[in-house]
Amino acid sequence: MNTTMRARWYVYAYCLYLLVPLYWLVNMSLRTRGDITAGLEVVPLNPTLGNFAEIFTNPVWFTALGNSLSYVVINTIISILVAVPAAYVFSRYRFLGDRQLFFWLLTNRMAPPAVFLLPFFQLYSAIGLFDTPLAVALAHCLFTVPLAVWILEGFISNVPVEIDEMARIDGHSFVFFFFRLFLPMIRGGIGVTVFFCFMFSWVELLLARTLTGSAAKPIAVVMTRTISASGIDWGVLAAAGVLTVLPGLVVVWFVRRHLVKGFAMGRV
Amino acid sequence: MQANTNKAWLGVLPVVLLVAFSAVIPLMTVVNYSVQDIFDVQTRVFVGFDWYRETLRDPRFVDALLRQILFSSLILVIEIPLGIVLARGLPREGRLLPLLLVLLAVPLLIPWNVVGMIWQIFARPDIGLLGAAVNAAGFDYNFTGVVTDAWVTLIAMDVWHWTSLVTLLTFAGLTAIPGACYQAAMLDDASRWQVFWYVEFPRIRSVLVIAVLLRLMDSLMIYTEPFVLTGGGPGNATTFLSQYLTSMAVGQFDVGPAAAFSVLYFLVILLLCWLFYTSVMGSSKGPDPYDEDGL
Amino acid sequence: MAWMAWTLPTALFFAAIAAGLVAMTVFELVRPTIPRRGLLPLVTSRGDRFFISLLVSAFIHAGWLGITELPVYMASIGCLVLGGLLMRFG
Repeated sequence: MNTTMRARWYVYAYCLYLLVPLYWLVNMSLRTRGDITAGLEVVPLNPTLGNFAEIFTNPVWFTALGNSLSYVVINTIISILVAVPAAYVFSRYRFLGDRQLFFWLLTNRMAPPAVFLLPFFQLYSAIGLFDTPLAVALAHCLFTVPLAVWILEGFISNVPVEIDEMARIDGHSFVFFFFRLFLPMIRGGIGVTVFFCFMFSWVELLLARTLTGSAAKPIAVVMTRTISASGIDWGVLAAAGVLTVLPGLVVVWFVRRHLVKGFAMGRV
Repeated sequence: MQANTNKAWLGVLPVVLLVAFSAVIPLMTVVNYSVQDIFDVQTRVFVGFDWYRETLRDPRFVDALLRQILFSSLILVIEIPLGIVLARGLPREGRLLPLLLVLLAVPLLIPWNVVGMIWQIFARPDIGLLGAAVNAAGFDYNFTGVVTDAWVTLIAMDVWHWTSLVTLLTFAGLTAIPGACYQAAMLDDASRWQVFWYVEFPRIRSVLVIAVLLRLMDSLMIYTEPFVLTGGGPGNATTFLSQYLTSMAVGQFDVGPAAAFSVLYFLVILLLCWLFYTSVMGSSKGPDPYDEDGL
Repeated sequence: MAWMAWTLPTALFFAAIAAGLVAMTVFELVRPTIPRRGLLPLVTSRGDRFFISLLVSAFIHAGWLGITELPVYMASIGCLVLGGLLMRFG
């Protein structure tokens, strides 16, 4: 069992590697601007919450956070709504062009957002959605919808077809079956899908930045602008960084039991 | 067995319309732009394939492509084996497991520009722990000024950011292996390496193919992290395809060349995607994908 | 639609692709494809071969533009021939 222990130590070493930069982020967020430039302190000697206070008292950060959350939520809702029926159909039926369609969806998950950058700006300006959270939400559908279909298809395929047939024999209508029997059965899968849609929309910056002006600016962009505005205030920047890490941490804690199952579908 | 009906198209119609709106219309537009010299919507000249000729012979494009290939190969070579080692080291159960899994998932949930920012403040020689430590150890380290330092930092960052994905995928694949397989190997007194090669590897192969696919594709579109960390520098030493394209499209507003670039970039992605799709479907469903129900 | 900056050649190009897809669909409905293994080292349906032909043509054109100064229609003719061969024997 010696080798097992050694492998375990690799994991601990890697976790340390994960934690040290994060620790440094927290460390920086607890120190003032002058304190940071004055010298290195492995443990903050005069920790302060001033940086966080600055963020919470400044409305720019608040609205930006609201903007980010609103497009992430809109995106997640749209993705789930359209992906559930599609995933059901992909899992249960064969139809003309199904494999080609699936492949085409997949290419959109893989395509670099930069490729779509040029026309997206024009497209959303033309239909009057530029600088709204809806524009970013729709743009992010480019990769979250294929992802959602992919994950859900795996979960739905794990539900035996016999269930569908049994419901039909019992005389239930398809609508009743789908909403009252079937959807509760894939609840876990929908949860995992929500998690991944949320995650990929939350971490994306390029499209979110390009499709917003001043009104719908997401929080990630506000962060990059703080750099250029008044020199670099590393403390506030780090504090904002800590705050953007937190939502992810909360979400991942809630889905931790389903996480491995979601990855087990092998489709993230 | 799956029922065969073309009525099923109704179910996928919303997805098709939505993705067509956000993918097909933009792609057609990119192709339109790529054959014209556009000053504004009214003033434009058809130039044929000139932008393609120019882009394909542009040394900066070729350099960015070569850098991209080097970067993607390096991170695949590091992250895939490392991810497998870590996944095999994780305990299969116990109170520690959820904690480790959550910790591993954390880097995946940090906005990409924040990842760049974290590494910037971590690696800077003046305020960063890493930068200061390396310099104190006697190495002259400065990732904004020296090419190798910039590359090492970028790769360290990408490993930090994405190895967890490989680990979690592999771990999910490993937990699906029935315990009986391991017991048989124990009886045969197999070494750990033999267990991996003969028991585990064949069963996690398809999950590994997906891990490679995702890491390859995502590394091919990397933009935000190097943009924040190194800004593509020093010089152009860490300017990859997406960043070069973005600087052309948004920075200089060279619509025509940027569009031609986009089309070529997309073609490469399409080819890789197709190669992987065919091989995944082939490996997970047996040699003949048409024999099986399902996709 | 002005922002899409349509030109006649690109419109024709996309119309041709769309027509190709429609034709393949109709053909498929009339006479469903039988996947087979030809010269290519994988089992392909008619649609797969169509896609492969298009993708190969795109790369041949890109290579042509990158390497030679010769007119593009020469590559196009080559691609048509190759595409036909792929559809038939691939």
